[in-house]
Amino acid sequence: MKKRKASGYAKWGYIFILPFFIAYFIFSLIPLVDTVRYSFYEYYQSGIKVIGPNYVGLVNYKELLHSDMFRYAGNTMILWIIGFIPQIVIAMILASWFSDARLKIHGKQFFKVVVYLPNLIMASAFALLFFTMFSTSGPINSILMNLGITSSKIDFLGSTAGTRLLVGFMNFLMWFGNTSIMLMAAIMGISQEVFEAADIDGCNRLQRFFMVTLPNIRPILAYTLITSIIGGLQMFDVPQILTGGKGSPDRTSMTLIMFLNNHLKSKNYGMAGALSVYLFIIAGILCAIVYKMTDDSDPDGSRAAEKARKRAERKAGHKR
Amino acid sequence: MKSKKNNLLSSFLIHLVLAVLAFLCLFFFYVLVINATHSHADLQKGFSAVPGSSFLQNLKNVSTDGSFPMFRGILNSIFVSGSCAAICTYFSSLTAYGLYAYDFRLKKIAFTFIMAILVMPTQVTAMGFLRLITRMGMYDSLLPLILPSIASPAVFYFMFSYLKSSLPLSLVEAARIDGCGEFRIFNRIVLPIMKPAIAVQAIFTFVGSWNNYFVPALVIQSKNKMTVPILIATLRGADYMNFDMGKVYMMIMAAIVPIIFVYLLLSKYIIAGITLGGVKG
Repeated sequence: MKKRKASGYAKWGYIFILPFFIAYFIFSLIPLVDTVRYSFYEYYQSGIKVIGPNYVGLVNYKELLHSDMFRYAGNTMILWIIGFIPQIVIAMILASWFSDARLKIHGKQFFKVVVYLPNLIMASAFALLFFTMFSTSGPINSILMNLGITSSKIDFLGSTAGTRLLVGFMNFLMWFGNTSIMLMAAIMGISQEVFEAADIDGCNRLQRFFMVTLPNIRPILAYTLITSIIGGLQMFDVPQILTGGKGSPDRTSMTLIMFLNNHLKSKNYGMAGALSVYLFIIAGILCAIVYKMTDDSDPDGSRAAEKARKRAERKAGHKR
Repeated sequence: MKSKKNNLLSSFLIHLVLAVLAFLCLFFFYVLVINATHSHADLQKGFSAVPGSSFLQNLKNVSTDGSFPMFRGILNSIFVSGSCAAICTYFSSLTAYGLYAYDFRLKKIAFTFIMAILVMPTQVTAMGFLRLITRMGMYDSLLPLILPSIASPAVFYFMFSYLKSSLPLSLVEAARIDGCGEFRIFNRIVLPIMKPAIAVQAIFTFVGSWNNYFVPALVIQSKNKMTVPILIATLRGADYMNFDMGKVYMMIMAAIVPIIFVYLLLSKYIIAGITLGGVKG
């Protein structure tokens, strides 16, 4: 009797999660299967004539290995690193300042609001803004010349370094506030006793940061790193708009997703499919890592944090 | 005495660094707003730090430009983002509740599956997605920008964490004893409890959809269905240097100012919300 009742409710569980799985099945799983399938076909459009689909096995995959794919992967990585390193350094500094109750920071709430602001800005509009501002006839050149810093106009977007630095700088601006607030929450989650113990042991501010704070937020740091790599892999809007889709100069700022976008726009479904599968494999590995981190047996990394805390305590104990 | 001096110095340094970062974040928007008030002729003369007088003229030029229907685009964007926010938060809550409150055989598998696809980028299935919606007759319509948000793993995870921390199952039991149906329990009891989480995720979903460029650019073709990011991109692709620059700045402003406005109104909740679920989209 009781069992029948329980299974009666079980029905509702299925009903409630059904819309999610139907939507996922239609809009993600079928497309995924389709993408994988056509990666084995020669299937593209030249002019108005459609070639294929003809089964060609792994030809698309091999062809991609000999294309500029690795170059674009390198570009994507360089652009990501230029943005990520200052992002994580500044975010850690800000997080430790914001979470330190003993530091009297005036207008703390104002600074939090301001540093998070760029994260919400439409990346494409932000990129167009940078494009107009850093163009040779734009306001940045005008300001630099008025200040007497440079006598001739600088062509920021005409040079490889200039374009890459601008993309990296924009990614930095858009994400450092978000990361700061994530890390700040992680630091505030550390028990105050640990900090007090460190203080009693005579830790100075630097030692406290490196010996106590850092080991305690390591799970969140790792999580930030992986999600940022996934975000970097998807980098598209900013370089696409900033360089007008060309990755100029000489495709040195062309990212993998821009490459994919070109294949999709030119309706080369076979190549787009093969490239998607490569990206899917990389993303799958990263997903697996995130899954491990958010695993329910350690939902908020608290068990890992506990371990780190014990380690830190042991260290502090040794010193004593 | 020495440590006091040290403290003063470090406090000064901290505020200096914060001020520089705040300047970096705000400077570009300052230039944007200033330039949107200048006419094309003014802008050609070089940058001036004081506002000009062409704000209304630029706004009028933007609103009457038929080749870049900015205000139509804003309406489309509001429709798409608003619908996304509504159905995404509703169905994510429903899924989270289904997995939280009921016991059934596939529960564990369903949960594991969602967690496994938590951060899967949508771009990798874009090609199949494009072919699918073409076959379904949804190419060049706004529907394929809205419907997939029913399945949003990150929002689900947020809702699930929230339910776990704030919905006692005894409340559900009590409602059942009072003869409440399961859907009614969800709509009348669970949803109101989840209001804070829904508000936070509605904001993030809205902003994410508002800023989304990759998929809409592949799906939408006709001018009157374009959302704001596509219009911005076509602006970049067009023969740009012959444009009225005052108008260009005004268009960029129209794309980002609504979001800034909403953000400043709700910043307290948004900043608290970033960290609540521990997962960003």
